[in-house]
Amino acid sequence: MTIIASSTAIRPEREWNIGWTDVGPFVALVVLMLIGFLINPDFLSATNLGNVVTRSAFIAIIAVGATFVISSGGLDLSVGSMAAFITGITIMFMNRMAPEWGVLAIPAGMTVAIVVGLLCGLMNGLIVTIGKIEPFIATLGTMGIFRALITYMSDGGSIPIDRSLRDAYRPVYFGTFVGIPLPIIISVAVAAVASFILYKMKYGRKCAAVGANEDVARYSGISIIKTRTIAYAIQGTCVAVAAICYVPRLGAATPTTGVLWELQVITAVVIGGTALRGGKGHVWGTVAGAVILELIANLMVLSDFVSEYLVAGVQGVIIIIAMLIQRFSK
Amino acid sequence: MSTTKWIAAAAVGALLIAGQALAADKKVVAVSIPAADHGWTAGIVYHAQAAAKEINAAFPNVEVIVKTSPSASAQVSALEDLSAGRKLDALVILPYTSEELTTPVKAVKDAGTFITVVDRGLNDSSIQDLYLAGDNIAVGRNTAKFLIDRLEGKGNLVVLRGIPTVIDDERIKGFQDAIQGTDLKVLDIQYANWNSDEAFKLMQDYLAKYPQIDAVWANDDDMLLGVLEAVKQSGRKDIKLALGGNGMKDIVKKVIDGDAMTPVETPYPPAMIKTAIYMTVANIVGQAPVRGTVKLDAPLITQENAKEYYFPDSPF
Repeated sequence: MTIIASSTAIRPEREWNIGWTDVGPFVALVVLMLIGFLINPDFLSATNLGNVVTRSAFIAIIAVGATFVISSGGLDLSVGSMAAFITGITIMFMNRMAPEWGVLAIPAGMTVAIVVGLLCGLMNGLIVTIGKIEPFIATLGTMGIFRALITYMSDGGSIPIDRSLRDAYRPVYFGTFVGIPLPIIISVAVAAVASFILYKMKYGRKCAAVGANEDVARYSGISIIKTRTIAYAIQGTCVAVAAICYVPRLGAATPTTGVLWELQVITAVVIGGTALRGGKGHVWGTVAGAVILELIANLMVLSDFVSEYLVAGVQGVIIIIAMLIQRFSK
Repeated sequence: MSTTKWIAAAAVGALLIAGQALAADKKVVAVSIPAADHGWTAGIVYHAQAAAKEINAAFPNVEVIVKTSPSASAQVSALEDLSAGRKLDALVILPYTSEELTTPVKAVKDAGTFITVVDRGLNDSSIQDLYLAGDNIAVGRNTAKFLIDRLEGKGNLVVLRGIPTVIDDERIKGFQDAIQGTDLKVLDIQYANWNSDEAFKLMQDYLAKYPQIDAVWANDDDMLLGVLEAVKQSGRKDIKLALGGNGMKDIVKKVIDGDAMTPVETPYPPAMIKTAIYMTVANIVGQAPVRGTVKLDAPLITQENAKEYYFPDSPF
């Protein structure tokens, strides 16, 4: 009896200590949901939560990629513009191929999106690593390039998807599988693959090592250039996956697509527990961070006490409080 | 050998003189507008270029030059470049911002150029010879009148605002003044920054929050696209009307096709730049008096007159 009692007393405490940074964002998430329920019971309705989590999918998927980049000590400001650019290229490709290939143009376009995303990410990575340019400046440059390209491709207007493809493609955002919206399933799958790479594969440990201390990593025989470049390529691929989910939502790419997503992405990663200066990445925390951001925006609309003029200010305060809850609950 | 040289020299000389004479005869009209960074400015660029092409073809002695600028400071530099080399007979400008462009436009004016200001006014209205703009208050008012009419004076509305600016404030004011005293109730009003994605999210939230919504006013067509997608996804049947504003071709097409949810549209047409360029040229070429202030009304676009506002080749 005594043995059992003492062992049950120790075990939870140990797990508690190990998991805190991982659990923190989820605690903030639960607190937010409770507050939301108190303010407006509709908040916890299945439709509302489904909507909110579904639309946080883009930021979540991109932020999973950003977890790699930030964990390895980099930064990518170009993700929002890159998402718009990939969306534009994908729609143009699908429209071009639609008359010949019909609905098959959709999977072909998705493949094009992934390839373009990979190349964009690779370009960012090589500029940062081989070119030895500060990630902030390098990706600020490519951010301008991608934004200009989508504006040029659309003549400043919009690139709508062909009507014949619209209905066939629509389920990728609006469809469900066993009752769960597809974008949620896709983002969970992306996060699962990412956490496998980051926690179970050698590359993941290299990533954290490079981010934590570049010199030590170099002396341990880790190639900084290779590790960081791969992180940017992963980021590009994630942006492409997000773009694939984004196209069917409004069926068009415009010069304002993805504006300021980079800031939401970085915020989601940091709320999720990954340090902006690099080191260990927290994939699931990042996903929770993306959901938290959308929940806050949702809460602002569902509550009646915030003037429309003050919404952004209150959002800022809530983000800071959410971070403080994490900090002090350690 | 030398004769050939002389002939060549004479020919070149004659060409030079003729060229100069031609250049001197040509009246130069410069058009300075923002670069296309969203739907409406893309429409401005499209219509300005169309006007330039048509006028250059129709009047050989007029040259219309269109210059786009991506920022206020770039527009100031563009004005300097345009007026540096030659004398401008007229300048048609849609200023990026009122504050930064007032002094540079005044400098052009002082050189003896006819100034036409479009849409956004300058801080000193004595600079302009002709001012042409749409009527944002009417955009709100006419939409409200249609809603009052169609909903028979009562119902629940939700409204989406754009970016906090004078344009947005005027539209909302026109709308709110018009519905005052009726039983139309604005349940909620929030900013969605003239962005379809943000409008989509906001509309989803409105739908979650209010079980009964009769009509939505999005104040801009980019936002209306997001609203329509959110309504479609919800499968709700209580929303009878969803209206926008500005005159985007996709929405005008809906009006032409007799869409039940969006049967009308209120224009704030980017084609107004074309009106301004033509009026300016009318003054230069035909001596038609145009000095003054022109305010384009925002008449409802209905199925009957929608063709007039439909530009299938325009990006907007």
